[in-house]
Parts: sequence; C-alpha cells; structure tokens
Amino acid sequence: MAQQARDAIAAQGRDGAHPPYLYPDYVATRLRAPKKPLIILPKTLSDTTGPAFGRDPIGELDNDLTRQHPGEPLGERIIVHGRVLDGDGRPVRNSLVEIWQANAAGRYTHAGDRHPAPLDPNFSGAGRTLTDDDGYYRFVTIKPGAYPWKNHDNAWRPAHIHFSLFGEAFRSRLITQMYFPGDPLFYQDPIFQSVRDEKARERMISSFDLEATVPEWALGYRFDIVLEGRNATPMENRK
Amino acid sequence: MSPELTPSQTIGPFFHFGLLDEDRSELVPPDHPHAIRIEGTIYDGAGEPVTDAMVEIWQANRAGRYNDPTDTREDLPLDPEVFSGFGRSGTTDGGTFSFVTVKPGPVPTPDGRMQAPHIMVSVFARGLLKRVVTRIYFPDEQEANAGDPVLASIEDSSLRETLIARDQGGTLRFDIRLQGEDQTAFFELAD
Repeated sequence: MAQQARDAIAAQGRDGAHPPYLYPDYVATRLRAPKKPLIILPKTLSDTTGPAFGRDPIGELDNDLTRQHPGEPLGERIIVHGRVLDGDGRPVRNSLVEIWQANAAGRYTHAGDRHPAPLDPNFSGAGRTLTDDDGYYRFVTIKPGAYPWKNHDNAWRPAHIHFSLFGEAFRSRLITQMYFPGDPLFYQDPIFQSVRDEKARERMISSFDLEATVPEWALGYRFDIVLEGRNATPMENRK
Repeated sequence: MSPELTPSQTIGPFFHFGLLDEDRSELVPPDHPHAIRIEGTIYDGAGEPVTDAMVEIWQANRAGRYNDPTDTREDLPLDPEVFSGFGRSGTTDGGTFSFVTVKPGPVPTPDGRMQAPHIMVSVFARGLLKRVVTRIYFPDEQEANAGDPVLASIEDSSLRETLIARDQGGTLRFDIRLQGEDQTAFFELAD
C-alpha cells in the first residue's frame, strides 16, 4: 500500500468515502465522536448477513409523500428516483429504503423543531419503499426547504432528504442525505463539508433528470446510491 | 470500474416520525418463554445522556442461525416467521433504549472457530456523522467469552469489558459511552 493511502487511512479510517467521527466545525461531534482507536472486526456471518424487509407490508402510498393526507401539500412537487447498487455495481434488490425530510418551508413534523416556519397539514415528510429487481426505487415528494440551525452564526442547512438504506448485510447499512444540485449553502455547511473528498461529496448531490420529469406535473431528480457489498473487495482493488 | 461508495451523513435530530413510527423494539413478545430484556443508556463525552439517538440490533436466533439466505447452515433451525433478528429503538429523554429479544446461539468464524453469543449493535445520532458499531456479549458466558476471537483481539481489558452486559435483576444492562476514559469499544468492519 502506498504511503499516501496509509496516511489517508490513519486520518479518516479505512474507508475514505465516509466522514471522520470528529469534525469540530460540526459542533455536535465534539462530545459525541469516539476517540479511542476502532477495533478491527474480522468479517463473519454476523456482518455479512442482514435483515430482510420483503415480508413487511409497504403501504400503497408509502412512496408518495404528496398523497398521504386529504389535500395536496404546498411546495414544488418532485420525483426522486435512482438505483441502489453494491460496490461491484450489482443491483441491491428488495431492499428497504426509508426517507424523511422537512416540508417546503423548511420545517419538520417533529416537536423539537422550533424553526418559525409553517407546518403543512398535508405533508408529514416520511416515506419508504422496497427496491425492485434492478435495485430501482422511486418517490414522489415535495422539494424540502433550507432551514436555520444553531451550529454557528447564521448557519443554514442546504435543502436535503434523509435516506436510510439496509442493503444486503449488516455491513451495508447506511444513513445519508441527498442534496440538490447547485445549492448555494454547501460551502458553509459542516455536515456536507465533513466528507473531505470532493468527488465523494458530489456523490451525495442528486442530478436534475429531464427524462424523469413529468410534463406539466413534477421535476425529476436522480440519486443513485452505492453501498458496501456483502463481500467487499479489498480497498487496493477498488478503482 | 466499480462504483464508489455513497458517503454517510448524520441521522440528525428529527428522524423519529420517519424511522420510529412503528415499534420494532420487541423482537419477541415480553411473555415469550425465552424473552430477555436488554436496556442501556447512551452517554456523551460530558457524561450527559444522549436523548436523540437510535439503536439498531441484528442477531442470530437461539440456535445461532441468522435469518438471511446466505446463512446456509441448514442443520440449524430457522424461524423467520416469528424471529426476524432485527430490532430498532429510539432513546428516551433519559437517553435510554431497550429491547425484548432472545439470547442468540453461538456463530462460527469463517475458519470454524466459535464466537461467543453476541448481538451486533449500530448507534445513530445527531453529532455522529456515521454510525458507531459495537457488540453486546453476555455475562453468563464466561467460558465462551474467554474463547471469543473478537474479545481476545482487544488487549485493553477495561475496554474489552465494555462489551459485556451486566445482569441487573434479570434485565441485561448495556450502557454505551461514546467518548471519554470509559468509552465503549467500537468496531471498524474489516474489508
């Protein structure tokens, strides 16, 4: 392994795609980031297996966040779709995808959200679906608004949708955030910036998708997600 | 060319309506003949309870078999209808999570050594840019724990002890300390 690669591992763990635990600009990491060296856990059935959710009932409207209430939510209707793949490019099939987000005004359906922006009685902001045989998923939702938070002076989160993914094994488990292209707030957001590699940061940004856009109805955004596979390839072979 | 991994981001503070809508903290009913209760509090580096975390567990059944098609040890019984092996719990205002489950059987390593019974744990929270991974081991398995290759790989005995739950009047207590002198042992999954 090259010295440069060894340094990268020492600095941020073996997987350079992910952010470090401690990123002081994101103030909440200061008291929550583990500081003792991680114990390397050899691969066993305990992490190459994982939960299956195919048996769980998914409601017909669970992947359409605009139709979960009697009326239409306010805001810009969008389609968010893409594929879930493993590190070898294979589709992750029949896998649970959960999303949650703020409404168009930047407010969450959560008692702790004190942002003085309106709640929308027609928008809860939570959805879930299973990927199909091509690893494909699709949601209809509302474009979330940016919102302020107290991390630093005049701090604002770029618009984002939270994604929770299981993949095919315990080791594939991922929670991430999907961003929108060209957001002017990226530069001052320590959560986005905590991913130190620029190319890796770009993988969290969806792309506008004219093909998925439904004329006179909703803009389309594409967000493909790549998870660690059951049998991850050694880092040296990943290119 | 293999695609590159999507980076992790924090779960944030406002996930409850999206992820905890359905209670998944009871893997078996509390009156199940082999039910055990596991409870713990998560603490930050200042010793304050972490009130906005989510804990997930993944475990084998009582026979030591995972409910996953790639666990092909067909000599061991599987009961997918009644035991999924997966659980999820939020933390309360006191920073506490809890599960009702069964004690898993032992699971071998790829080279055939036996691991002591254990439960895989992920913790997600605001301020954690990626999950932390740990394992719950059992206090009544001293012999198996002594022979467990993962526990044996942890040289610092006080760090190793953080992985073994305590029996507290019939409830298994497993506190998680994210930071500090008595920090819980956390894992990085080997490639």
